[in-house]
Amino acid sequence: MTRTALGALMSHWRRNPWQLAMLLAGLALATALWSGVQALNAEARAAYATAEGLLTEGGAATLEHPAGQMAEAQFAELRRAGWLVSPVIEGRATLGAARVTLLGIEPLTAPPGAGPALAAPDLQAFFAGQAFAHPQTLREIGATEMRLTASEAVPVGTVLMDIGQAQRRLGLAGQITRLTLAPDQPADLNPLATLAPDLRLIAPGEGATLDGLTQSFHLNLTAFGLLAFAVGLFIVHSAVGLAFEQRRAMFRTLRALGLPLRQLTACLAGEMLIFALIAGALGLALGYLLAASLLPDVALTLRGLYGAPVPGALQFDPLWALAGLGMTLAGTALAGAQALWRLWQMPILAPARPRAWAHASARGQRLQAGGALVLAGLAVVLALAGSTLATGFALLAAALLAAALAVPLVLSLGLRVSEAQARTPVAQWFWADSRQNLPRLSLALMALMLALAANIGVGTMVASFRATFITWLDLRLVAELNVTPASQSQAEELRAFLAPRADAVLPMLRVDATLAGQPGQVYAMTDHATFRDNWPLIAPVADVWDRLAAGEGVLVNEQLYRRAGLTPGRATLDLPGIGPMPVLGAYPDYGNPLAQAVLTEARFTAAYPDSPIRQFAIRSATPDALSAALQDEFGLSSSQIVDQAQAKALSLAIFERTFVITRALNVLTLSVAALALFAALVTLSGMRLAQLAPLWALGLTARQLAALELARALVLGAATLVLALPVGLMLAQVLLAVINVQAFGWRLPLQIFPGDWARLGLWAMLAVALAAALPAWRLWRQGPAQLLRVFAHDR
Amino acid sequence: MTVRLVLTLATLFLAPMAHAQGFAGLGTDAEGFAIPERGRALVFPQDHGAHPEYRIEWWYLTATLTGEDGQGYGVQWTLFRSALAPEDRPGWDNRQVWMGHAGLTTTEAHFSAERFGRGGVGQAGVDSAPFRAWIDDWHMTSHAASDQDAFDALDVHARGPDFAFSLDFTAEGPLVLQGDQGYSVKSAQGQASYYYSQPFFTVAGTLDLPGGPVAVTGQGWLDREWSSQPLAEDQAGWDWVSLSFDDGHRMMGFQLRGREIFTAGTWITPDGRPTPLADGAVRFTPRQHTRINGRDVPTHWQIDWADGGLSITTEPLNPHAWMDLSVQYWEGPLRFSGSHSGRGYLEMTGY
Repeated sequence: MTRTALGALMSHWRRNPWQLAMLLAGLALATALWSGVQALNAEARAAYATAEGLLTEGGAATLEHPAGQMAEAQFAELRRAGWLVSPVIEGRATLGAARVTLLGIEPLTAPPGAGPALAAPDLQAFFAGQAFAHPQTLREIGATEMRLTASEAVPVGTVLMDIGQAQRRLGLAGQITRLTLAPDQPADLNPLATLAPDLRLIAPGEGATLDGLTQSFHLNLTAFGLLAFAVGLFIVHSAVGLAFEQRRAMFRTLRALGLPLRQLTACLAGEMLIFALIAGALGLALGYLLAASLLPDVALTLRGLYGAPVPGALQFDPLWALAGLGMTLAGTALAGAQALWRLWQMPILAPARPRAWAHASARGQRLQAGGALVLAGLAVVLALAGSTLATGFALLAAALLAAALAVPLVLSLGLRVSEAQARTPVAQWFWADSRQNLPRLSLALMALMLALAANIGVGTMVASFRATFITWLDLRLVAELNVTPASQSQAEELRAFLAPRADAVLPMLRVDATLAGQPGQVYAMTDHATFRDNWPLIAPVADVWDRLAAGEGVLVNEQLYRRAGLTPGRATLDLPGIGPMPVLGAYPDYGNPLAQAVLTEARFTAAYPDSPIRQFAIRSATPDALSAALQDEFGLSSSQIVDQAQAKALSLAIFERTFVITRALNVLTLSVAALALFAALVTLSGMRLAQLAPLWALGLTARQLAALELARALVLGAATLVLALPVGLMLAQVLLAVINVQAFGWRLPLQIFPGDWARLGLWAMLAVALAAALPAWRLWRQGPAQLLRVFAHDR
Repeated sequence: MTVRLVLTLATLFLAPMAHAQGFAGLGTDAEGFAIPERGRALVFPQDHGAHPEYRIEWWYLTATLTGEDGQGYGVQWTLFRSALAPEDRPGWDNRQVWMGHAGLTTTEAHFSAERFGRGGVGQAGVDSAPFRAWIDDWHMTSHAASDQDAFDALDVHARGPDFAFSLDFTAEGPLVLQGDQGYSVKSAQGQASYYYSQPFFTVAGTLDLPGGPVAVTGQGWLDREWSSQPLAEDQAGWDWVSLSFDDGHRMMGFQLRGREIFTAGTWITPDGRPTPLADGAVRFTPRQHTRINGRDVPTHWQIDWADGGLSITTEPLNPHAWMDLSVQYWEGPLRFSGSHSGRGYLEMTGY
């Protein structure tokens, strides 16, 4: 019996292969987008874990000097006082063709970790210069005289070696960057505050951890994945719902033949489970391909923005596959629950009237209106009261859902108005019939509206950001050359060499510090027209540059200004080793995840005398000649000298990459929405024959009918596009004023780009036309025969 | 310490060295390490210090103690040196690896701790004048007067996660050269080391135990040994005792377990005159085993030296004196009885 029932149920899909294809495609796409995003996030997080586990398992406290370096003698002193510390040196160096982070460790004293484990099998070789790097880093470095061994345990872009070897290569003999503390220390030791008062103790997980810095980036990705998943589920829901409606007569027959309700329900549930498994597997494969193709860009973005070492190659994790499949099953259950519930509730001999659906829809519309109002209210509350990234996203979700729920209502209203305006019978029928069919299309139209709004919103946000960023970059990157010295001694030589040859040599000095409780950095600024003329400031006090030059206060970056609420002129900022300093102004600092403060060079070097010069910004009228002189005189490599154009290109490239993923997901979401509309139109076209046949009988040609069908789709699509515009702008505003401020710490002005909308509108109408073309074409080609049959089968 | 690092270090410190065979009588092996030679006179205080041109070396202190509570205690403080290259370069280029072991035995418990470090940067090392051996905050420092031997007065400290000790060692007799004037043969094939001892310490100080500090007094023994070829390839481990007789005599004895047993020892009079005991003179017979960490360890021994009329049986203060460290072995205090009686220390490796 079950077999017969299943056969009967399945015959529906055989007769409607398009519907089946839509169902599977929707489910597979939803799974692909969601699991693809998850794979990207998981890969990045695994890379962070690798990076943090390299030195110690599960994280260790560290001791650091505000200047960024300390004498290695402090290591032996603390050891001899009983403290179990291990020295680490870290710095940037050029190896072969790549610029890498050299990480030097002392394996005998290091707490357990992946790095010491690599060193252990052959201490002799490690002490003598054996180094470890990720295979990808090895490829980037290319030929070198070093003994490099490949290891996946080392994060991309890092080369692990013995501390002595690393000191030599970095030109930092006798210096260390930090001390890691073993997790268990002996009792009754002299306190560190007495033994090493100049060192800062940083607890594990404190400070600028990659997980913390990149959290907002991954949250953004996840939000997009969820949006795509939700749009995909719209397709599934409409396909399942329609298949259910179309099989009502079959259900009734099966029940009348004696199939128990329980068994019928089980059959339908089993059918959905099979589809979910097939589509899930397909979606996982697609998701993996999607993630693998996007990962290189994501990796570059994460490296550029946060310095996070993410390899460009994707690993396959079975757990990820299981989780993705779980999500597909849950999504299918969600999308199919309503249909199964209705089946369970259906009286055995209920008439198989398609009209029943329309009646039920009227009730549904009232519910929808209520839902939209509640969600809109929630969005308003969140907008007023929320202040975290999570509430920002909740606000977005509530506002978008409210808008989506409102779509059929507004469209219905618009159609009613048009109907009232219509004069000819065909026009009146056109509007009335559109309204009659709106409930069946509403889900697809909602999905389309969401995708369009997301496109407009994200597009506007990116374009606004881009415009602001480029202006800012032009102001910021005024130095003709940026030179990175290889060592402290070279820095001094460079300064002496450059002083008579350049218009200005502006050293870049920096120390790591906790600013208002956040991981951050303090920079020194030389008083120079370069900064006075070009740095745009937010809410500066009067005579800000003179007061800064006099050492009366600090400038903070916008991130710190917003997060810590430091109002210039009123607030003070506690600087380590200096104490509270008045905040004089805030400056935009796009692309930097850390808090930042700037004070005058004199105050800086007085407070942090050991801080090394990390870079020189050089003003010169003849940068090319100077660059050549530097290469001849100091043998500086090309990676140590960056000219203005290169710097700008680099920054822009990082910026563009940041939104590659956003754009890719945007396009995919729109495609899914178009597919949803197509699915709805195709399935609808089969059911609508009965409604069209009388018109044909009244004298309209099949061609006219097909044109009307196409027109209807375009009218509805256009109306949806118009509705999506304000929703998209609202989305952009929330992204710029709420999400960006929370996630990155900067607020950007909203700029309008109508050209982009026009382009999107064209694409959207093209997608709608394509979606409507097939059903219309079918109506036109096979019209009369099919339409005639309607009367033959008339019930 | 990660497992692999531990294994490497264990290899460094204990395994027989494949390349440590004598090299054409030139006094160095294939990698340039010096090889002990019979007849080289030991010179003090220089030989109290480190010999970086030899592969391995140790400063090995043990003490049998009695607390103010009347309980027996045992303490071990050892600094091992293992060279990756036969020289002592400054800074991180240094190839001398140092390992500290500390043990504290009570009747109920046995505590142990270890430290590792590289020479050249001040974390660990040995200075010969004034004498000081240290790794981290563990140290053995001489405070002897300038006309005395550096080992005449030592102040010793070590600390583990759950114990610590600070002890004063005062020598009541002379240094004793083991083997042939300090040249101690370790196998029938001729592997040998330089080996001397200070067996006449009286000890006083404090043990810090989880239950609180305990004042202790007792006797101590210091072994100094260095070599580049400590064991023959077939030798799996050794059993070593230092004995302090109630009548003031001292005795050192060991057996190296290989295809054949190789034994050696020294009988020491109360005024410090040594009599070397040739291979086979001393016999070690296990009398009772204790199950520790899945191994059967012979913790009770019968020791016979027929020519000297000695036949004793030993009983450990705590049979579970297992040094559960990167390099694992048994080391603890004992009492002995039979033809003679007294206290001593037992070390057993390779079980």
